[in-house]
Amino acid sequence: MSTDTERTITLTVNGVPREATVPVRRLLSDALRHDLGLTGTHVGCEHGVCGACTVLVDGDPVRSCLMLAVQVHGHEVTTVEGLAHSDHQGGQVLHPVQEAFRECHALQCGFCTPGFLMTIAAGLEARDNSAELTEEEVDDMVGGNLCRCTGYANIKKAVHHAAEAMK
Amino acid sequence: MTTKLFGEPVRRREDARLIIGKGRYLDDIGHNALAAAFVRSPHAHARITAIDTDGALDVEGLVAIYTYEDLHGPMAEPLPVLIPHPQLHHPRTGYPLANGIVNHVGEPIVMVVATDRYIAEDAAERILVSYEELPVVVGVDAAREAANWVHEDVPTNVAAHHHQETGDVEAALAGSTRTMSFTQYIERSACTPMEGKGVHARWDADDSSLRVYTSTQASTSVRAAIAAKLELSLDKVEVIAPDVGGGFGVKIVHPWPEELLIPLAAIALGAEVKWTEDRREHFISSAHERQQRQEITVGYDDDGRISALDVHIWHDNGAYTPYGIIVPIVTATQLVGPYVIPTYRVRVESVYTNTVIVTPYRGAGRPQGCYAMERTMDRIADELDLDRAVVRERNLIQADQFPYDHHLTFQDGRPVIYDSGDYVGLMDKLKVLVGWPEASRLRDEAAARGKLLGVGMAMYVEGTGPGPYEGGHVQVLGSGKVLVSTGLTSQGQGHETAFAQIVASELGVPIEDIEVTTGDTRRFGYAVGTFASRAAVMSGNAIALAARGVKEKALRIAADVLEVDPGDLEIDEGLVQVKGTPGASIPLRTVAVLSNPLRYAFDEAAKQATQFAGPADDSKPPVAVGDAPGLEHVDYYSPIRSTFASGAHAAIVEIDPATWEIEIVKYAVVHDCGNVVNPMIVEGQVHGGVAQGVGGALYERMAYDSDGQLQNASFMDFLMPYASEIPDVVIDHQETPSPLNPLGIKGAGEAGVIPGTAAIASAIEDAVGRRISSMPISPTELYDLMRNDDSELTAAHARRSGTGAMA
Repeated sequence: MSTDTERTITLTVNGVPREATVPVRRLLSDALRHDLGLTGTHVGCEHGVCGACTVLVDGDPVRSCLMLAVQVHGHEVTTVEGLAHSDHQGGQVLHPVQEAFRECHALQCGFCTPGFLMTIAAGLEARDNSAELTEEEVDDMVGGNLCRCTGYANIKKAVHHAAEAMK
Repeated sequence: MTTKLFGEPVRRREDARLIIGKGRYLDDIGHNALAAAFVRSPHAHARITAIDTDGALDVEGLVAIYTYEDLHGPMAEPLPVLIPHPQLHHPRTGYPLANGIVNHVGEPIVMVVATDRYIAEDAAERILVSYEELPVVVGVDAAREAANWVHEDVPTNVAAHHHQETGDVEAALAGSTRTMSFTQYIERSACTPMEGKGVHARWDADDSSLRVYTSTQASTSVRAAIAAKLELSLDKVEVIAPDVGGGFGVKIVHPWPEELLIPLAAIALGAEVKWTEDRREHFISSAHERQQRQEITVGYDDDGRISALDVHIWHDNGAYTPYGIIVPIVTATQLVGPYVIPTYRVRVESVYTNTVIVTPYRGAGRPQGCYAMERTMDRIADELDLDRAVVRERNLIQADQFPYDHHLTFQDGRPVIYDSGDYVGLMDKLKVLVGWPEASRLRDEAAARGKLLGVGMAMYVEGTGPGPYEGGHVQVLGSGKVLVSTGLTSQGQGHETAFAQIVASELGVPIEDIEVTTGDTRRFGYAVGTFASRAAVMSGNAIALAARGVKEKALRIAADVLEVDPGDLEIDEGLVQVKGTPGASIPLRTVAVLSNPLRYAFDEAAKQATQFAGPADDSKPPVAVGDAPGLEHVDYYSPIRSTFASGAHAAIVEIDPATWEIEIVKYAVVHDCGNVVNPMIVEGQVHGGVAQGVGGALYERMAYDSDGQLQNASFMDFLMPYASEIPDVVIDHQETPSPLNPLGIKGAGEAGVIPGTAAIASAIEDAVGRRISSMPISPTELYDLMRNDDSELTAAHARRSGTGAMA
């Protein structure tokens, strides 16, 4: 690959400054997975329909298979690996959505799960969680991602569960 | 006892890694591996006249190009017919890379290996393949007419004639009070797991050994196939199924061409090589299922009791038959469902078409069989003006008729003998759950709102847990860890949790101490695979037996130490103790240490087992004759025949006569899979199955055009349901234990999908008063049906004035 088709990008991933030299055509999903080693972001269709590759760019959910890596130069990306945070003792504190998925059996094979987690986390964080969560809001949060295992019932249940925890 | 976890909704242990992005799926392995991409046929049927690779050779990063000419020995032969059958008289399989002819769009012709996938695809698109196009056969009717042939040496397109009968059906039909004949169709769908297939292979030249990761449902058999095809010793091949992002049947087929070609390249190049299937590849080169034409004749009396059933099925098996005739056999034998069918004949013609191969997709022929039987019940009820539930009830096998022998031969070569069940109980529960008696009122209420409402139901019996066997290994370590392994694989069914629950309950150890491994031939080399709702039945029971073996040995050793009778001991929370005598105990981990007499004390715990550690009986060898060191046990479960789960579903649909949009307003499930290991997981399986059933009934189809091009090979165009398409599901359970296995369990994996098409067709027909004889059905097709003056009205429609049909 000649240098005129490569770029060095700097970005913040999960709060950490990162640098990568990538071909300009490299998808963000591939750069995250293969250049930065963050394989939690999954690729289910590569045409923006399934949502498995959803990550947050500057806090907003985007489909990383529909974005080029060079487009996030200078931006902040959050992947599923960055959803939990560390407590003072260095232990891991899961995001309420992660806890809810486990509690409500909202995943089976787990392949679509990171995309759902990122989408729902962004959705819940963007709302006033003192207000009662409506079914319409839940449908909106889960309605753009595909899951072949769960039939969605428990994913919807998990959204309610997480919203309750975030009150 | 706190360790009795069998039957509890224990939260899944696998989730801990999956929710933080630490799962390890196929494409998460081998970042530095070379990548493969394939040139695949753009034609459904063609002769390859030339392959010109010159244009690819100057692509920087290209490593290797393979065509059929590069395959030798067993690799140059056709792929195996995995499940041969005497009635499969014209089996045909493809080659790892096409040998002169391609028989469906997507068939692999050239493999390109390069430094990464982007470059491999760059090179692949520069390879020019020339073709001479041949006539194309698409769809079961075209195959049946046989104006053109898929394989030039199979002039009828018929791969197999499958035939079973339980008596003289023609005489029985002639003697029936009434008879009726009809033909109906069901279309293609597919598993479409969120993760496609994928293979990673690494050759260790120093050790002459091969490690292969593959997203499979059958790692042990992939291993055997690789060893056979690449002429390697079995002990030099390891195959591991990592986390697998869904299977639903497509990954039970093996060896896929890529499962042989990627290891071939890894060995030849002395490098790690990986291939990850993309979504379009999955649509055009994996597998589909479901298309059948069903010609049905039924004999019955004035009460709706069936006297004879004669079914002739034309089953589309696609271009090849690597998985034999399992799907048509399952349709043929599971069709009879929960009913007494005094005389039954089924004939299946399994036919070739120039389309992707047809192999099991969750349900594996059962949804089609259920559709045939249940729609027959609906037609009888309609003809006789009887309640559809009543007709079914009059034909049900009664609780005192078990074991019930249908005198058929199942997909495992064993008799179809239902082991246990309570079908009347299912129906009673279903009617309550869905509110069957309320249907008329609901219809009137909907009509007042300008909507058409209908209810439908369908029942099924599902043969689960077929043999030949699975095994389990349970080992207690000196650390107290309990290692459990089984050879079959996992694709999201929660095996790590369910199997740990079984061991915790059987052995009396905390679940936190248990580690479960599945689908790794390094840990367990003998297995069949994950299909036919068999993992809990087969490996669950094998693991339970292995745990019992460990327990017996632990009690024997502990009894020696504690100088008591083994029968006076119990294990709880990892402690072997004398029943009723607090304090007289020994930790199971210490028993594990003592089980392995040692010379060398490699750690503190090991000291207890060394030769000078304590008094010993020097009249006996340290390891008794017939005994073995270590606290471990391997056992196998091999069933005499399958166990039969059952269930009943009902759907209420509401249709808007302005748009003909079909909404499922209620979906009810009654489910019986015997004893339940983890009700949370079983309910999750039901939810997922129902969603696939709804998809298959209303949205999903493989839209081939007459040239054999799949028009909707993406998630944009193939309408896999989102959450917005899936109704809320209400579930009631019934538990009729299986008498066939130690744990009394029956399989649960596929059940949810089986009756969806039948129940939803029934509900739509009830709503609109027109015969529904082809599924799935879209709003456009329903509109066309309603507008067509020739479409058949139901008798119920004629009886029901003023509702149901368009003016």
